[in-house]
Amino acid sequence: MPDPLPLADRTITEVGELLHRRQLSSRELTEAALARIRRDGEALNTFLAVGGERALKAADAADVALAAGDTRPLLGIPYALKDIFVTRALDDQGRPDGGLPTTAGSQILAGYRSPYASSAEERFGAAGAVLLGKTNCDEFAMGSSNENSAYGPVRNPWDRSTVPGGSSGGSSAAVAAGQAFFATGTDTGGSIRQPASLTGVVGMKPTYGRVSRYGMVAFASSLDQGGPLTRSVRDMALALGAMAGHDPRDSTSVDLPVPDYVAALNGEVRGLRLGVPREYFVAGMEPGVEASVRAAIGLLEGMGAEIVEVSLPSTEQGLATYYIIAPAEASANLARYDGVRYGASAGDEDLLANYLRTRGDGFGAEVKRRIMLGTYALSAGYYDAYYVKAQQVRTLIKAEFDAVLAGVDALLAPTSPSVAFKIGAKTDDPLLMYLNDACTLPVNIAGLPGISVPCGLSNGLPVGLQVIGRAFDEAMVLRVADAYERAAGFSDLRPPTAHD
Amino acid sequence: MISRAEVEHVASLARLGLTDAEIDQMAGQLNRILEAIGTLQSVDTSSVGPTAQVIALENVMRDDVARDGISRDAALANAPRREGPLLRVPLILEEGR
Repeated sequence: MPDPLPLADRTITEVGELLHRRQLSSRELTEAALARIRRDGEALNTFLAVGGERALKAADAADVALAAGDTRPLLGIPYALKDIFVTRALDDQGRPDGGLPTTAGSQILAGYRSPYASSAEERFGAAGAVLLGKTNCDEFAMGSSNENSAYGPVRNPWDRSTVPGGSSGGSSAAVAAGQAFFATGTDTGGSIRQPASLTGVVGMKPTYGRVSRYGMVAFASSLDQGGPLTRSVRDMALALGAMAGHDPRDSTSVDLPVPDYVAALNGEVRGLRLGVPREYFVAGMEPGVEASVRAAIGLLEGMGAEIVEVSLPSTEQGLATYYIIAPAEASANLARYDGVRYGASAGDEDLLANYLRTRGDGFGAEVKRRIMLGTYALSAGYYDAYYVKAQQVRTLIKAEFDAVLAGVDALLAPTSPSVAFKIGAKTDDPLLMYLNDACTLPVNIAGLPGISVPCGLSNGLPVGLQVIGRAFDEAMVLRVADAYERAAGFSDLRPPTAHD
Repeated sequence: MISRAEVEHVASLARLGLTDAEIDQMAGQLNRILEAIGTLQSVDTSSVGPTAQVIALENVMRDDVARDGISRDAALANAPRREGPLLRVPLILEEGR
């Protein structure tokens, strides 16, 4: 029998069982995660804020509840929030209350303390989970490598000279490196799934409207969706179950019942029809990635799923559509950073000069690029040619997904066309960087649920299989991913740095 | 092609102060990106309506009921400049008008 994984590297499911049997305390578990953060946190640059004392207090409270027989599945489980989710850090008198700051990875929010909690902080708090800290991310979630953080790049625990993906790279690296049992991310064009793929963890973007965006710093409001990153699909079912659900404070949150996702995991794919969109196996894709994904598809076929090749011909328009709609929405959302109400300010007495200097100094290069692109696409004379055109192509992309998904239960595809690349390798070429998300961003354009689950290694680095489902059918996506994960046996995959 | 002057115009619309070096770099990068996204123009969308959002929700209503919000002190705590219970902002009208 192989040695069991160190405590910090196990799944929520495993440590939860120990907690509920009272063979382990939440304090011990929290200390194990904090020890990993102390050991590797700085080198990997995973966290922007850690609240150790507060976490231990929450763990002690969880231990009291556990002793009283409380059976909530996330009770006492240490987790992290991407620093895009605001955490309440002020009392009613406006004084710091010991809560964690929120920066969105940007200099313009350095030192910002939120007067309110995000839906994610509230929901996981109500589930009894223990908040460890806030994870590093690309500035305003704009990026695919975490190199756009104003607080320095995150390093991939599998190979510290490579990126962990982005924009939720701090979360994915923390979950992979034993620093948190799960973490949240936000996914506007792949920002949960791609970093999950590059660090060998499970990451899910729920259907648009499934998870409340309340308290998520806005990037592109019609595409943004929050979701968890975990070490197994079963853990994902637990975490998503706690995070999902209607929230009247987000008018795009949909009032639908949240099914019992764990109950959907029956390990069975026999009789399911799974589509493989041929356009997702793009030219220039890394051969090792294609081999791993094809092998995963073959495994599911061997388990009794019917595999059918399908076509989504507008896939090649996804990138262009996305890079008009997302920057357009971002340019409007980021207008709020005006140096007047909150955030950094140049302190100029002239209003226009204050705007220009505050925003010029406060935003990083990629954020400026997207504000410019979006402002251009929305400006007089270009609005119809760019913005309306992109919205029309969005209709086509969504219609193709709807038509194909009417005939299959889910789609199988690569998450990312490559494994983790070297830090600095793509920073000089924004277009090359944007291509990382070619397989993930059509899913955001159509608002569908998608998951990335580890499906092997290429050149010693993790590869992700993407499962895409019908709107609000996260249960099917999780079922297929879980059945694959059980059969494939990659769920104990951990980076070399993880071992104590 | 987007010219340097156009980059400056867009930056002013976005209230984004850019250095000369940034304007030069931005012009080159935006041109490459615009060229790549220009491929959309070849798609026939003559009979296709635009999609602004993908879920079939419209006009979400709620009762107009007063409830506690964020306290004034908490709301002002992050203000770069404050005077008592107020935000201090740059002058937008000349004095005497």
